[in-house]
Amino acid sequence: MTAVTAQPLRRDVEHGIVAGVCSGVANRLGIDPIILRVAVGAATLAGGTGLIVYLLAWALVPEQGGRSPSWARLAGRRDTWLVLSGSTLLLLSVLLLLREWGLWFSDAVVWPVLLAGGGAALIWRQSAASPPPAAPPPAAPERARPDRPVDPVRALRLPTPAAGPAAIGATLVIAAALVFLWLNDALAPARDVILAVLVVVVALTLILAPWWLRLVRGLTAERAERIRSQERSELAAHLHDSVLQTLALVQKRADDPRAVANLARRQERELRAWLDGGRPDPGESLASALEAAAAEVEETHGVPIDVVAVGDAPVDERATALVAAAREALVNAAKFAGGAPVQLYAEVGEDRTEVFVRDRGPGFDPDAVPDDRRGLRESIYGRMDRHGGRAVVHSSPGAGTEVELVIER
Amino acid sequence: MTSVVIVDDHHLFRAGVRAELDGLVDVLGDAATVEDAVRMVLDAKPDVVLLDVQMPGGGGVEVIRQVAARAPGQRFLALSVSDAAEDVIAIIRSGARGYVTKTISGAELADAVRRVAEGDAVFSPRLAGFVLDAFAGAASLPPAEVDPELDQLSPREREVLRHIARGYLYKEIALRLSISQKTVEAHVSAVLRKLQLSNRHELSRWAVERRLIE
Repeated sequence: MTAVTAQPLRRDVEHGIVAGVCSGVANRLGIDPIILRVAVGAATLAGGTGLIVYLLAWALVPEQGGRSPSWARLAGRRDTWLVLSGSTLLLLSVLLLLREWGLWFSDAVVWPVLLAGGGAALIWRQSAASPPPAAPPPAAPERARPDRPVDPVRALRLPTPAAGPAAIGATLVIAAALVFLWLNDALAPARDVILAVLVVVVALTLILAPWWLRLVRGLTAERAERIRSQERSELAAHLHDSVLQTLALVQKRADDPRAVANLARRQERELRAWLDGGRPDPGESLASALEAAAAEVEETHGVPIDVVAVGDAPVDERATALVAAAREALVNAAKFAGGAPVQLYAEVGEDRTEVFVRDRGPGFDPDAVPDDRRGLRESIYGRMDRHGGRAVVHSSPGAGTEVELVIER
Repeated sequence: MTSVVIVDDHHLFRAGVRAELDGLVDVLGDAATVEDAVRMVLDAKPDVVLLDVQMPGGGGVEVIRQVAARAPGQRFLALSVSDAAEDVIAIIRSGARGYVTKTISGAELADAVRRVAEGDAVFSPRLAGFVLDAFAGAASLPPAEVDPELDQLSPREREVLRHIARGYLYKEIALRLSISQKTVEAHVSAVLRKLQLSNRHELSRWAVERRLIE
């Protein structure tokens, strides 16, 4: 029952020399980091590519325990790229055809306009689409267990899908402007200035980027911490409302063992239900409906009832009748079995649903039950008959009682 | 008398079990941590280890793993307050010969300990329900993909498990099915073996559906 999961790529700061890139990659590949370090060093000396790759990896690969960068998720969506490249190629082929036929202004106008149009479309589509596209479909209900709080990273995730296309759009528009200027020879005087500005910008980026990234990650960590402490206080509030209250009651009524046992039993059931978080609603699940009925009988009559259910089914009219009959059988067992534990077993199969209610009480002779005892006759036999099922009572004096309820599906 | 070691991280609970079992079985000692438990079990060599499922440091599964590496024949009976399917199935798959809940009475517990010591399997109604659930899917698969020796319950085994889930004792089941109690025990042991040895995807798939594996 173990799942083999590939370890994601993370920078291993603890064992790294500069930023843990080589060490992290080596961990992932299962080789000695020294090999990668030598390779990066060599590539740096021979043309500087090593340094660039290293800096890129520093910026993009998160630290161990950090979060994965958002660009990775966007780029990971295959349909984004398929649609994008498909429509681009289609448009390009139409334009080339027009150019061939002579329906053409000039290269200096059409290409920049095209680029700018594409970019603007991307940006405008984005702003027109606000409010932002629906959030990702709600994940399967998390089990809110105290030892495993809701993944704080997931809760923190920013609505990033909007950022990618807008950035691409802006790049396209700027590129269009540059191409236009360049094709019209208006760029030559500005080239020196632009080059200088560019160099300064690159230098500043190299200096400030790590600091900025750290800041962003620090903020994220702080929010995660806040959510975690919120979870803790919710847990504390729940324990206070339920468990501590019950413990106080138990101390007060310590001289009444039956009441104490009932209190403990009820608290146990509530706590289990809470720990089990995603349990379906009794209105929708036959197993849950049976459990709810058992809990109710247990509380009213103070007799422990154990419920074991195999399989489950939606609650329809016949299932409702089955639950009602089972409830009646449980009440009978609780009343006449003298406080001994009652066992309810339900099995939902492909073509039938069976419920067994068994107690270890004194038992009785089913044939000797007077006809005016409505509980058994009306609420169990009659109800099952009316819904195309059947009920059988197995009992004999001294051997306990078992009520068998069957409904064909 | 059957000898046992009690492993549980709750002091009050260990004391309670000790008192309840007093005179019924021979309690050799108790342990509160995985490390202590492994050392004590290897030293004392009890017939049965009464094992809590959830403990710090890996829980009962870890104790079984470490002891089994050095004393493969050691028998374990899981005794737990948890009735979560993941805990129960995990401890059985790692080698425990049975599972009972902590609300069991002293006499029943002593009886369960003796049965485990004799090599039988001890199934509570809840465990029987889990096992029926786990094996339910295998019936709908193409026969070629199923190893009937390990992946399916025989009709008789199913019938025995259903009776356990309904709250019948072994001797009552024997009476109802007109077989001997030894045969009932043999069926339950066979189910235990299948549960521990089957690599059936059904068991894993079932586990995933129950959110056992993330």
